[in-house]
Amino acid sequence: MKKTYKIEVDCANCAAKMEEAARKTEGVASAVVNFMALKMIVEFQEGADPKKVMPLVLANCKKVEDDCEIMF
Amino acid sequence: MNKKQKNVLARILISGALLVLLHFLPLDGVLGGWLKPLCYLVPYLIIGHDILRKAWKGIKNRQPFDECFLMAVATIGAFALAAMKTGDYVEAVAVMLFYQVGELFQSVAVGKSRRSISALMDIRPDSATLLKEDGSEERVDPDEVEIGSLLVVRPGEKIPIDGVVVEGESALNTAALTGESVPRTVRPGDAALSGCVNLSGVLQVRTTQEFGESTASKILDLVENASSLKSRSEAFITRFARVYTPAVCYAALALAILGPLVSLLFGDDPRWLEWLMRALTFLVISCPCALVISIPLTFFAGIGGASRAGVLVKGSTYLEALADASTVVFDKTGTMTEGVFEVAGVHHADRPEEELLELAALAESHSTHPISQSLRRAWGKPLDLSRVTDEEEIGGEGVMALVDGLQVAVGNEKLMRRLGLEPVPCRAVGTVAHLAVDGRYAGHILIADQVKPNAAVAVEQLHRAGVKKTVMLTGDRANVAQQVAERLGIDEVRAELLPAEKVAEVERLLAEKTGRQTLCFVGDGINDAPVLTRADVGIAMGALGSDAAVEAADIVLMDDDPLKIATAIRIARKCLRIVRQNIVFALGVKAVCLLLGAMGIAGMWLAIFADVGVMVIAVLNAIRALKVK
Repeated sequence: MKKTYKIEVDCANCAAKMEEAARKTEGVASAVVNFMALKMIVEFQEGADPKKVMPLVLANCKKVEDDCEIMF
Repeated sequence: MNKKQKNVLARILISGALLVLLHFLPLDGVLGGWLKPLCYLVPYLIIGHDILRKAWKGIKNRQPFDECFLMAVATIGAFALAAMKTGDYVEAVAVMLFYQVGELFQSVAVGKSRRSISALMDIRPDSATLLKEDGSEERVDPDEVEIGSLLVVRPGEKIPIDGVVVEGESALNTAALTGESVPRTVRPGDAALSGCVNLSGVLQVRTTQEFGESTASKILDLVENASSLKSRSEAFITRFARVYTPAVCYAALALAILGPLVSLLFGDDPRWLEWLMRALTFLVISCPCALVISIPLTFFAGIGGASRAGVLVKGSTYLEALADASTVVFDKTGTMTEGVFEVAGVHHADRPEEELLELAALAESHSTHPISQSLRRAWGKPLDLSRVTDEEEIGGEGVMALVDGLQVAVGNEKLMRRLGLEPVPCRAVGTVAHLAVDGRYAGHILIADQVKPNAAVAVEQLHRAGVKKTVMLTGDRANVAQQVAERLGIDEVRAELLPAEKVAEVERLLAEKTGRQTLCFVGDGINDAPVLTRADVGIAMGALGSDAAVEAADIVLMDDDPLKIATAIRIARKCLRIVRQNIVFALGVKAVCLLLGAMGIAGMWLAIFADVGVMVIAVLNAIRALKVK
């Protein structure tokens, strides 16, 4: 399953870091952050519940880039 | 500017003013020399508190090597140095100040281009006006409209959902979809595509799609997700930043420790502080933001500029591949030709041409064959069907009918021979419809596919844009294909190909090219899906309203003007040129400054220029990609 989320982040480098962090989160098959459109496209692993995975994604992103937000 | 940006601007102004004020106050030596650093600490913290906080959090989360960390270490170092030795506190504050100015500029510039691109793609309708059975109207969310609903679209409104015009006549502005500025006229029965703006009359439209499946939604989806397919250059930058920042930090550390040690070895004064200062300068210069911001921004602007010209690019990786295009392969019918058969001439007629055409049109009046349709279109006047009786369609040969009591036969040579007549062969290329009237040969009508008006210019522009080879593939007969290719100036032509053979032909051409060169295939997208996918870059044209094309292609030309192919290649080339300029410029200036910084020639002021200045120039350069000629 693929979902798109709006994000807030200030710099392109930070967006790349968020992408990396989101990819490493359990339940996420792949993640792409589009800094220019301020969007994160997350592909979840089979059977993963986005409602449970997304808070973990946000927590991991906050670890690498404090000043970021994901709307989910 | 948003709230956050205004906040930063206020902090920049306040700390800047404080810095100037402090410069003129006689602070030296007051309170045993402690007042001065304390005073300078005020503007420093005003401007830099968030950077320091972020740097601290980075260390805490074991992600220490980012810009904030570099800036925090450099400015705290400069502060400490001033306290111990030089007494010049301005430098530390100024560096932080300029860094923030740079960041503010960057965020305003990015926000601005983000907005200008979304304004370009402003085709999302806010609401739809539903016409109910009792004649009343209701404004609803386009998402809620069911297929087959009747909508009212007034002048100035966008058509919210794809449909068919039921009542009214109007001109539609399709610029947002095609980049075409000439309005398109629609009458009842014509398709009305969402995203077009109704210009003149009130239209009633019966929807044929749901909102989510409509043209406007699909295009928006495509463009908004475009930059998620990242190009080599972008991937390079991401990898680069990951290696670069730690490397620079260790280099700075080495500079601070090894520099004095080497001096000691040669018996000189180690000058610890001076080397420390050089290491800090090194850190400030090294910020990679110019690169990291300007490359994605360039691609984003390039994709935005292209969509304004009616060229949709599905990802920056395709823009990159398109820029390296050396071979362009075309489909013939529908791509270089109109795909519509038109009467090109009436030959050997035994009566006035008009009359022959009328007889043919009448005889063919009930046939749905494309040839019959073009004959009727060529005649162009209403047909009195009561004049036609006893029609008989002979599959693969033609039609026979009684028109005004006369026996009229329209068809190919086989039909003529069946009637015992010898047809006069046609020297021109095309499909020929022979006519026999009342048992006598009456001449033939030549029907040919018309070459698109811009096709020859398009091929010439492609060659001028640096495309080495143009190839045309077609399922059509060899003599027709040859003639079209000669007229257009196409280098190579392969005719009488089945769809599978087209793929094989593209495979062969793919194997011929060398290095980074890429092959583009241009088709009308309807029956070319396998080839579109196989080519390095699949370009579908005339995609307005065709879902299959939008799915299969990498680049979508909204209208069917072949000139857009050259436009797309030019946009891609320009975009990649800017990317290369920015990489070379940013890395070049940084390398020189790093060297000067390490040798102690460049101070922190030059360092901050190398950081902020290069970034500003690179961002301005990137925005150029938005402009399309």
